[in-house]
Amino acid sequence: MQNIAVELTAITKTFGENAVLRGIDLELGAGQVTVLMGANGAGKSTLVKVLCGVHSANTGTVKLYGEVFNPSSPSEAIRAGVVTVHQSINDGVIPDLDVASNLMLDHLAKPGSGFFLNKKKNNAEARKIAAAMALDVDVTQPVSELGLADRQLVAIARAMAHKPKLLILDEPTSSLSAAEAKRLFTLLDRLRDSGVAILYISHRMSDIRRIADRIVSMRDGKISGVFDEAPLDYESAVRAMLGHSLTDANIQIPDLGKPVMQLKNIGLQQGSQPFTVDLHANEVVAITGLVGSGKTELASVLFGLNKPSSGEIALMGAPYKPASQAEAIAAGVFLCPKDRASNAVIQDFNIAMNISVPFLDRHSAFSFLKNKSERSTAQRTISELGIVCQSDTDEIGSLSGGNQQKVMVGRWLAQASSVLVLDEPFQGVDIKARRDIGAKIRGTAAGRATVIMVSEIDEALEIADRIIVMNDHTIVGDHRNENINLNLVLTQVVGKTNNATGSNEHAI
Amino acid sequence: MNMQSDNPKNQRPKRTVTEMAIRYGFLALMLGLLIFFSVVAEGFASPYSAVFIFQSVAITGILALGVTATLVVDGFDLSIGSTATSSLMLSAYVLVVLEMNAAMAVAACLIMGAAVGLINGILIVKFRVPDLLATLGMMFLLVGLQRIPTQGRSIATGMTLPDGRVAEGTFSKAFLSLGRHRFDFFIENLIPVSVIVLIVVGILVWVFMELTRHGRLMYAIGSNSRAASLAGTNVNRYKVLAYMMSGVLASVGGILLAARLGRGDIASGNNLLLDSVAAALIGFAVLGAAKPNAFGTIIGALFIGILLQGLTMMNAPYYTQDFVKGAVLVIALVFTFALSKRGAAH
Repeated sequence: MQNIAVELTAITKTFGENAVLRGIDLELGAGQVTVLMGANGAGKSTLVKVLCGVHSANTGTVKLYGEVFNPSSPSEAIRAGVVTVHQSINDGVIPDLDVASNLMLDHLAKPGSGFFLNKKKNNAEARKIAAAMALDVDVTQPVSELGLADRQLVAIARAMAHKPKLLILDEPTSSLSAAEAKRLFTLLDRLRDSGVAILYISHRMSDIRRIADRIVSMRDGKISGVFDEAPLDYESAVRAMLGHSLTDANIQIPDLGKPVMQLKNIGLQQGSQPFTVDLHANEVVAITGLVGSGKTELASVLFGLNKPSSGEIALMGAPYKPASQAEAIAAGVFLCPKDRASNAVIQDFNIAMNISVPFLDRHSAFSFLKNKSERSTAQRTISELGIVCQSDTDEIGSLSGGNQQKVMVGRWLAQASSVLVLDEPFQGVDIKARRDIGAKIRGTAAGRATVIMVSEIDEALEIADRIIVMNDHTIVGDHRNENINLNLVLTQVVGKTNNATGSNEHAI
Repeated sequence: MNMQSDNPKNQRPKRTVTEMAIRYGFLALMLGLLIFFSVVAEGFASPYSAVFIFQSVAITGILALGVTATLVVDGFDLSIGSTATSSLMLSAYVLVVLEMNAAMAVAACLIMGAAVGLINGILIVKFRVPDLLATLGMMFLLVGLQRIPTQGRSIATGMTLPDGRVAEGTFSKAFLSLGRHRFDFFIENLIPVSVIVLIVVGILVWVFMELTRHGRLMYAIGSNSRAASLAGTNVNRYKVLAYMMSGVLASVGGILLAARLGRGDIASGNNLLLDSVAAALIGFAVLGAAKPNAFGTIIGALFIGILLQGLTMMNAPYYTQDFVKGAVLVIALVFTFALSKRGAAH
């Protein structure tokens, strides 16, 4: 057993009523790459923020080589030796400055580092850092002229200048190509050999296979699995992350109606495997897959936000090529987008106004709004979805997250549709709201095709008649939600069977 | 998150003193000012004084309603002042140099205003120039453009043109009446045309913003344009519309100014931009709206007008005026952003 670099004991963190970390016990070994996996909302990013000093834990202790580590700010964490490279590459570098300035930035920011710049000395120091990292760039070149991979490597080199004990990488390959990622991995191999503890957060199986010494799965604010015996059991790790408590989801699969929407040879992006699928009236289809598997891209194509790179779609037998969201809505295709705060909630509006936004033409005569019709629709939505509020004129911001989500789903249930697409409708909602929303979606599903994008398999099992698995921007599995073979679903989510040739090694 | 989200079942708390202050504070302050000046300044409480106040704020108010339209879609129009002065110069040019009639002059100005708004809108939505910069550029462009045809001189009947001719056109009676005619209202010759225009435009903008679906969608865009777009709103079209409203209203203000002055005065209208922006921003504080709104904008313009008229009648020197306006604006912004919950949420 290697040295324990970092030891977390019983870490908890709550935001308001929301317990995000619920007792994390974890050890990170020196000279070891630990991959942390977890679905959205599992608490990964909160855990990282606790480690890098953005948040402080409510209870529990973190020890760094035996010493208590409780940083009150990111800069304190860095000084103590915990360095983080964030997902967005440009957060780690300043594009307008040259490489040398970037590498020396933290040194320059240190109090007492002198008033005047010594450019020569600076460049020399920077070259030393770059050489130590086998980073082959001209240090006088502006970072903005570098490719993404080099920028990422500069960001890491900058981090390494602190001689970290723990290096945290948050989805570092999300914008790198396969060749670029390879360079990053070579660098990480060297760092591992030099004894740095590395915590690597990623969803990409190809990365994980390449780099992981050990996998830790998180789910619902807890560690749900630790896998450190070679060969690593990737499937179990994914299973631990997504979980399937096999709730008795009492799904009555209705008789299929006729096909409402037919997708033929749809390619979601250049080079992805085209797929063909029919969506029928009355059925609720869950589309599941890891982050980056193409779920959101599919939702965008269905709603006319993006055009597919190939193939065609028919709606009720007629070609469907919406040029705008308004056309999609007019054709009866609705999308309830994910990330309600940025994509859906209109903060200045009350509940009734939020619900009516897409359908104001149906609540107005000669462009003049009909207050009564707007408010009665809102009141109906409130009672049907059990939205907890005082009246339909409450500010949307006064509602809890789950109730806001109900309003957003209610917005699109308020009018009849042919195809209703819901992208992560259970994101950031409590179990009660999730049940209410799910019941309402199923209760109104007759006559339309309903498509729900979810990462969590549990959620898919709970709501869908049919579960489609996506991987690498194509459909790799299609199951009826009845005596379903969960192992097969998980295998398809992980993408082993279909990708034995390594086609998902391509960067996204 | 506020308290209500934690206790959604609790009774709605009674309106607190702060809430009352936010809601009615500005109107109460205005009422207080009216009473104060009526008592202290002799002759303040008279119909003529009231009309004078209205007239002094009419043009600013019309421009401010245009600014309001752009603020609603979370934009900003810095070019209104120079659009108004360009409209002033254009109407003079059409009447005096081209010797056309009043209707032609008005039409030319309105078309120019709409075109300026359209270009602003296209710069912002198609070329993705930030709104402040696009309209700042347009402001400079118009300030320069309006001087070119006359080589930088004001336009008046009898002036010598660059080609040596003498301009013989005149400001027609019909055109001048836009600035000088007064309607009878209990008292003969009381209410000037500009005040009527302000009231009509104010009502139109208010109705459009509050009662129609287009206004609602513009507010939706201003609050969360991505959400509005995903709900099927043509965000770009509404943004362009807002800038065109702003351009047209600014040109209306310019026409009224030209008709009042009776000449194409190159130096007029310097304060229009700042005054109208101030009125629109003060409007945020009226009735605790914490958002741009037509009613608040007009109250904001009136507030400044009352304050300046009262101070003038109390013999405050003219050079203190801008200071007073600035102080009012700062106080109003504190009302909006520091005290109100909605402002703080932004």
